[in-house]
Amino acid sequence: MSDFKIAQREKDAVSVLELKGYLDAHTASKLEEALKTLLSNGRYHIVVNCRELSYISSAGLGVFMEFIEDVRKHDGDIKLTNMSPKVYNVFDLLGFPLLYEIFKDEQEAIVRFFDRKKMPPSTTL
Amino acid sequence: MATARTIHIESRTERLSAVREFVSGAARSFGFSDEEVGKIALAVDEACTNIIKHAYKFDPNKDIAVTVKAGNGSFEVRISDKGVMFDPEAIRPPDMREYLSHYRRGGLGIHLMRSLMDVVEYNNAPGKNNEVRLVKYLHR
Repeated sequence: MSDFKIAQREKDAVSVLELKGYLDAHTASKLEEALKTLLSNGRYHIVVNCRELSYISSAGLGVFMEFIEDVRKHDGDIKLTNMSPKVYNVFDLLGFPLLYEIFKDEQEAIVRFFDRKKMPPSTTL
Repeated sequence: MATARTIHIESRTERLSAVREFVSGAARSFGFSDEEVGKIALAVDEACTNIIKHAYKFDPNKDIAVTVKAGNGSFEVRISDKGVMFDPEAIRPPDMREYLSHYRRGGLGIHLMRSLMDVVEYNNAPGKNNEVRLVKYLHR
């Protein structure tokens, strides 16, 4: 069975989700629940740290698609960080860097939330 | 001479990892790099996920057969099911900018499969099993 875990912490008014393991059609519901909970608690500044994410399929990418509109309506964002080249390649194949900010480092993403002048999105990986 | 090996799984998403391991092992033995092994495993995962969702509509007790055959520089995976027939012609490559700008969810699996593999072919005929055939060539 796929092993997938999410750890959550708060940093400078930003919610950070750390993903670990394999994100596929079986485990995507865990990420869905985590994001749903953040939104229901009014948390719209979200960083998803992918340092320990070993694998992602389109089911995992679909979860980000599900929530991004709602998050941005509330003046928030989902920013992605610390992807391995393998995981980044899947995002890139589907053109996700056009829509999501992807950073090498978590701190860069957190700072970006408070640096409005640098919008709109661009990829820095 | 190519020999074929087959794994049967129940149509449940928790079995996807077993399929990925099966296909990854065969692809690695055939000589693909880790990067290429990852691409093949992802394409097969997407094919099986589509079957579970669309052909079997999440009925967890149906059968999916995954057969790998490797030889002459070609690695072939055939994935077959007895579910609702799928019309690949209905799925055109999406304009990703347009797609993403509307925040759509789902339907990305086939696009990924086509990006990751050298050949993606559907062999569907009424009264027969549905089959998708994926091929990756080994470039030494």
